[in-house]
Parts: sequence; structure tokens; C-alpha cells
Amino acid sequence: MEVPILKQGRFLIATIQAALSDADLLQLRRALIDKVIHFRSNGVIIDVTALDVMDSFATRTLRDITNMIRLRGADTVIVGIQPEVAFAMVQLGLTMEGVATALDLEEGLEHLQQRAAGKI
Amino acid sequence: MPVLQNIVVAIRSDGDIVSARQQGRSLAAAIGFTATDATLIATAISELARNILMYAGQGEVMMHRAEISHRKGIVIGARDSGPGIRSIEDVLRDGYSTSGGLGLGLPGVKRLMDEFAIESQLGQGTMVTVKKWLK
Repeated sequence: MEVPILKQGRFLIATIQAALSDADLLQLRRALIDKVIHFRSNGVIIDVTALDVMDSFATRTLRDITNMIRLRGADTVIVGIQPEVAFAMVQLGLTMEGVATALDLEEGLEHLQQRAAGKI
Repeated sequence: MPVLQNIVVAIRSDGDIVSARQQGRSLAAAIGFTATDATLIATAISELARNILMYAGQGEVMMHRAEISHRKGIVIGARDSGPGIRSIEDVLRDGYSTSGGLGLGLPGVKRLMDEFAIESQLGQGTMVTVKKWLK
């Protein structure tokens, strides 16, 4: 299932809408990098509210995406990690070190705007 | 231990991992697990199925309802006929990995579940069995 990516000004918003296979996650990685380059975006939000499981592969892929986008000079925020998903991730030993996270889309946008304004 | 429902999911591609964890979540909910526990169970299934795909290429995940005296729970088995594990002690250590993965697979799965057992024979395959009980 392809993840829709919306362009909003200098930002991109990818909203995951259903469970993703490994191949879907890699497709998202490729599509986001392409679009960040194409639109010269300086911020990306990945909304994972609909993900009911974040296992080691999903976590690693999201971290990779963030690192790749950072090398392009843009920021990424992961928003909407569900409480039970966060609990499972911690039990499993997965961390998102170095990756910005926010409660929801609104807070994610605020984070990117503050970053763009040089406030944080 | 009466078996009331038996689900077997063949693991041959990454799409099967998604299917296995979704069926596991439904079974967990049917048994009466909370949403949080069902997520822990689905996450464990995802890791076990991924190990099958990564190390053995294919195999199967089996799950069923378990009942022992007054306890109810879920049993999940992950079986493959892959190369087997040379040192079980090593793979149960946090941070160990043979395929450049995160190396958190089995110790993490053990933490997500209540019971964990592993049998493996070089050249024969591996069987991991995990259980979680209703609180």
C-alpha cells in the first residue's frame, strides 16, 4: 500500500493509512527522499497514527529516513505513535534516538515551523 | 491443554509477516487480551516471523488459545527448517545479531511475552514457542 505524501509549502506530510509491509516501508523511504530533493523541502512529517505495530524493521527504517533527510538539510518529525505501540517498542528494546517525535500532526507542524524559524 | 482454535500462517514474504501479526492480534482480542497486550503479542509475532524470513527464508507461525486449569492465554510457535542456531546463549543476549539487524529480536520477544522456549538444531531448523497469559 502506497503512503500518500502531501506537499504543504516547504513541508511534506506522509500519512500512513494502514499496516505496512517491509516493501511498503522501503517504498516510503524512496518516495520521501525523492520528494524532499524535488521540492527542496526543509521539513517532513511522518504520521504513524494508523500503525498498530512498530517492530525492529519499521523503527530502523523510520530512523534511516530521518538520517537521510537530515543529510539533505531537512528535519523529520514522527507523529502519532500510539501509547500501546510505544509500550511494545520499549519492551522490545527499540529506541528512536536522534529522531524528533511529536504527539500529533499539529504539534509536529509547530515543531517544524519553530525549527525553520531558527527557534530550536 | 484443549486447543480451541488453531491458526497457521505460512511465512514466505514480508506481506506474510503483516498477515501473521494481524491474525495474532485478532486471536488475542478474541481470547480477551487488552489492546495493550494484543499489541505486545502482535509485535512479538512480527519479530518471530521476520526472523524466519531473514534466517531461514520460509517457515510458519502457528498460534492457538491455551487453557491450563484456570489460566487462559495464547501460544505462538514459529518454526522453520533453516540453518539452525549455533549458540542459543548468544542469540538470547541483548545486542547480538548474525545478520546485521538490530540484534534485539529474541531477547526483546522474551520481554514482550510471559514464557519463552527455543529449540534449534544445526542444519535442521529452529522452533521458538512463546506464551502469554491473561492477567
